Amino acid sequence: MKSLLEITGLEVAYGQSQVLFGVNLSLAEGQVATLLGRNGMGKSTTLRSLCGLSPAPAGILAGNIRFGGETLGNWTPDRIARAGIALVPEGRQIFPNLNVRENLVAFAANRRAVAQPWTLERVFSLFPRLAERQANMGNQLSGGEQQMLAIGRALMTNPRLLILDEATEGLAPLVREEIWQCLARLREAGQTILVVDKYVERLIRLADQHTIIERGRVVWSGSSAELDADHGVWHRYLGV
Amino acid sequence: MTQLILEQALNGLQFGLMLFLLAAGLTLVFGIMDMINLAHGSLYMVGAYLAAAAVAASGSFVVGVLLAVAGTAVLGALLEMTVLRRLYTRDHLSQVLATFALILIANEAVRMVWGDQPALLNPPDALSGPVELGGFSYPAFRLLIIAVGTVVALLLYWVVACTRVGMWVRAGASNREMTEALGINVKRLFTLVFAAGAGLCALAGAMLGPLLAVQVGMGESILILAFVVIVIGGIGSIRGALVGSLLVGVVDTLGRALLPWLLRSFLPGEVAANLGPALAAILIYLLMAAVLFWRPAGLFPARG
Ligand SMILES: Nc1ncnc2c1ncn2[C@@H]1O[C@H](COP(=O)(O)OP(=O)(O)OP(=O)(O)O)[C@@H](O)[C@H]1O
Ligand SMILES: [Mg+2]
Repeated sequence: MKSLLEITGLEVAYGQSQVLFGVNLSLAEGQVATLLGRNGMGKSTTLRSLCGLSPAPAGILAGNIRFGGETLGNWTPDRIARAGIALVPEGRQIFPNLNVRENLVAFAANRRAVAQPWTLERVFSLFPRLAERQANMGNQLSGGEQQMLAIGRALMTNPRLLILDEATEGLAPLVREEIWQCLARLREAGQTILVVDKYVERLIRLADQHTIIERGRVVWSGSSAELDADHGVWHRYLGV
Repeated sequence: MTQLILEQALNGLQFGLMLFLLAAGLTLVFGIMDMINLAHGSLYMVGAYLAAAAVAASGSFVVGVLLAVAGTAVLGALLEMTVLRRLYTRDHLSQVLATFALILIANEAVRMVWGDQPALLNPPDALSGPVELGGFSYPAFRLLIIAVGTVVALLLYWVVACTRVGMWVRAGASNREMTEALGINVKRLFTLVFAAGAGLCALAGAMLGPLLAVQVGMGESILILAFVVIVIGGIGSIRGALVGSLLVGVVDTLGRALLPWLLRSFLPGEVAANLGPALAAILIYLLMAAVLFWRPAGLFPARG
């Protein structure tokens, strides 16, 4: 299968301190992949570099990011977003001074003219809770609602690749499960997804491919079946 | 007496609306880009001079004003792309120093082009007389200012509150990085905001030009009022700028007209005559102090 995303030899530094030492990761259209690793190993840095956010572009020392056949090089974040990458960031980053509805419609776009684009109605049917709260300001939402809004906001750009950084962090188990089920539904609809999260067991059920990094280096990669079969990997690299 | 109050209230409204045109751009630039731009008043001055020149050249007030607005907007965009953009990441002191330098440069440039004498900008002939307003007469041109100010204020409010561009501006103000990560070119958006702010300055300069003098330095005095307005209203808030402008416009105008007269009713004539104007001049600062005492972030803080 031809890959949609191809990261090779990515090396990234914050100023003087290098945190990624050659990360490789590839992802085919329609696949769901994870990026795993303990705290501070460079998962968010990888995702941010991919989106063109700081420390990119100056912090990218070496490596190549290809997306949809194009080399992103030192593209600006807005250009990368318009090329079809949408980020659900660590900490959700909802706009507090926009209401729920505005958070969704402000960035709506269907740049690749997909046949069944995400619309306000579809996002509301995916997350009925958001429909109830559409007039509330972003800062009046619970953590779970903010997370749903962050996902909805990313979907409204009709991305080719959806990236989620710790989307279930700090959520109650029931709400967390709601997010997982939403991701499973997106997967069924053919959405390509790259997800960073801590719940390996749950991710094995959700994703196809897994990449584990340790101090900025890829130390393991393989399929869900392979990861499921080798619990030694879990202990060694994920601390579970 | 009621006629005087009514007339002065209308004058206050008219001045407040024009203040809003200045304060709107100032508060957005300050709120979104965290940038103190003292040269905002210079755009108002340049706008007024451009209007005077364009009205004289074209023979039409409307055409002249539109040309001045467009020209100043372009000038604002150029200024943002060449100089101001570099200042966003600097501290406020550097911004104050650099934009103060721009004031000096602008004043000198205007003096070189148009000379020391105030420029002549007359209201259109059709509106130079008074109109009857149920019992008292009021200058037609001032009514036009109120009409233009109201329309532009509503339009601006609609753009910021209801359009997607307005949402991007508000989103960019609260979280620039995330706004970019969702596909918006914030750099270009900010240039656009700046150009719009400059255009509004020119509109205010052109409309007030026939009432106040079009002269070098006209930007500085009104800039101070505009800063008072955005501090009262809450930095970054368009609604705050509108409410603050109207408050300052009405309080300042009514204060100057009525305070000496009020004081005379219970103070000896000479004391009142001296105290009145002095007190009127600091009235808006008292207003600002009072607002900040109860609402330290202004009436409508943009970031909650
Ligand atoms: N802005 C920054 N400046 C300097 N160093 C940073 C910065 N952000 C992260 N780091 C460092 O880079 C390394 C990788 O951080 P990163 O946030 O990518 O880790 P992570 O895998 O996402 O961890 P977590 O699970 O805690 O989110 C860490 O050692 C961190 O201390
Ligand atoms: Mg992280």
